[in-house]
Amino acid sequence: MSTTTAPQTAVAAAPGQRWLHLVAIWAFLIAAPLWMGHIGGYDALYSRILIFGLAAMGLNLLLGFTGMMSFGHAAYFGLGAYGAGFVLRYWIHSTPLAILCGILLGTVFGVIFGALMMRRTGIYFAMLTIAFSQICYYFAYSWNSVTGGYDGLRGFTRAPLHFGSYVIDIRDNGLVFYYFVLAIFFVCTALMGALLRSPLGRTMIALRENPQRARFLGIPNEQHVWIAFAISTLFTSVAGALYALLNNFADPTALYYVISGNIVIMAVLGGMLNFWGPLLGAAVFVWLEDYISSQTVNWMSFIGVIFVVVVLFFPRGLLGFVKRRSA
Amino acid sequence: MSLLQIRGVSKAFGSLIAVNNVTLDIEPGELRAVIGPNGAGKTTFFNLITGFFPPTSGQILLDGKDITRATAVERIRMGMARTFQITQIFPELTTRENIQIAAETAMGFRLRTWLSRAERAAVSSRIEETLVAARLTEQADRLVGELSHGDQRSAEIAMALALKPRILLLDEPTAGMGEQETFQVAGLIRRLHKHTGYTIMLVEHDMRVVFNLADRIVVLTEGTMLAEGTPREIADNPAVQAAYLGTAE
Repeated sequence: MSTTTAPQTAVAAAPGQRWLHLVAIWAFLIAAPLWMGHIGGYDALYSRILIFGLAAMGLNLLLGFTGMMSFGHAAYFGLGAYGAGFVLRYWIHSTPLAILCGILLGTVFGVIFGALMMRRTGIYFAMLTIAFSQICYYFAYSWNSVTGGYDGLRGFTRAPLHFGSYVIDIRDNGLVFYYFVLAIFFVCTALMGALLRSPLGRTMIALRENPQRARFLGIPNEQHVWIAFAISTLFTSVAGALYALLNNFADPTALYYVISGNIVIMAVLGGMLNFWGPLLGAAVFVWLEDYISSQTVNWMSFIGVIFVVVVLFFPRGLLGFVKRRSA
Repeated sequence: MSLLQIRGVSKAFGSLIAVNNVTLDIEPGELRAVIGPNGAGKTTFFNLITGFFPPTSGQILLDGKDITRATAVERIRMGMARTFQITQIFPELTTRENIQIAAETAMGFRLRTWLSRAERAAVSSRIEETLVAARLTEQADRLVGELSHGDQRSAEIAMALALKPRILLLDEPTAGMGEQETFQVAGLIRRLHKHTGYTIMLVEHDMRVVFNLADRIVVLTEGTMLAEGTPREIADNPAVQAAYLGTAE
């Protein structure tokens, strides 16, 4: 008997089917840059989709799998971006170190803020997430000498990767950078998938399903909310670090609550009960943003309408809807 | 020595005294029922024992250890398991996964992101064992939210069993159930008690269930213990008849 758990709990897929889904998803992501140029895509756009997809999947560990609302994940996204930027700007021209420090900065604050709000639930928890993210925003905004304030942190570029004498040029080649982002995305999703199939991951799902039942099985809710929050911020800060590398730039809007909202919209749009839902949501969101903003400055109102339609008619998100149909 | 000792426990909510100076001992292997009319303080009494909230006064001992101020999670670690009047399960997970979460937590794996092959096998065998005990093998891979009321209740009891508790506390296990389902759940409780030797304390409204199951019965009215004894003694007790049986039937 298998003891593994499909994270897509609402519509459990057979193990064979799951492998098929995975192969299809990865084939698509690997092949995407080769043909999507024909429908208006470009390298930086694909990277942005992956990066926001990762941020939204990180958030979704909390939102969809632990059942806790965070409207402040921009904090960890932005801290990840600044952490990476600081390394490249002030310290050392190394992409791996930049990413590591970005993760560290975002996650340390995730751990601290998580500890401060783990005893709160529902709307109080959500309000605190916003409050903490706004604190980070105003810090970045005001601390001119370090963060560059309103103008953002500039004057750095991502460094090529060195493996002994072999050099991978992720700096000047956008396509190579996409595959670099995809490799990190792969590692992160593999870790998230493994987490959700582990005892710790199942306690997160237990909290979503019924916190009282979880407590009376011997799961201390607060501790597990804290851990889930910290892990969630870790993956979102990976995305933030990559975002700084993509743009060679970090600015306070990466920490702003609008980004928090966007990440939540991506997760809900794609389907937050589904592991891959937030990636689909991010793809739709980022693509539409790119396309519609080239036509009109009021692109957000179009996204808003689409979001409302999805929430009203496909409450399980786009992927949830597709899976329901095919099941 | 008694497994669970309750010494002069009271609980007041403001000026309302919901439980007033109740003392009782539960012996290992015993099946004890607590009955009483609506508002008698049964559920409050139950919540005091399981650590939902602390008593205003009095003392609770499990295995001789004072647990009066222990948290719910600490009590569960010491061997208490409970079910709720309104079934509390993880509806969007399968029966197996519901039991798995209980088993992994009880086996100390709740913070683990990885289990060895031997540990996975141990979890697996505890799940299977629990499924068999609760007669849920056929429902194992169905979403527990889609099962019948009776099976959902069995699944909730199974989650408690997967904790391998020293004492099982059931809050109105047949509440809101039809004839058939009441029979099913009562049967499960009887098997657990008679064949597996579980120590069980249950709060119940359904008199037939209690008189057929319990070794001893405690009657609560208005938060006070009115009587205690075997089902026969309770049925013949004039005070109980006046306070409870007379109005219930």
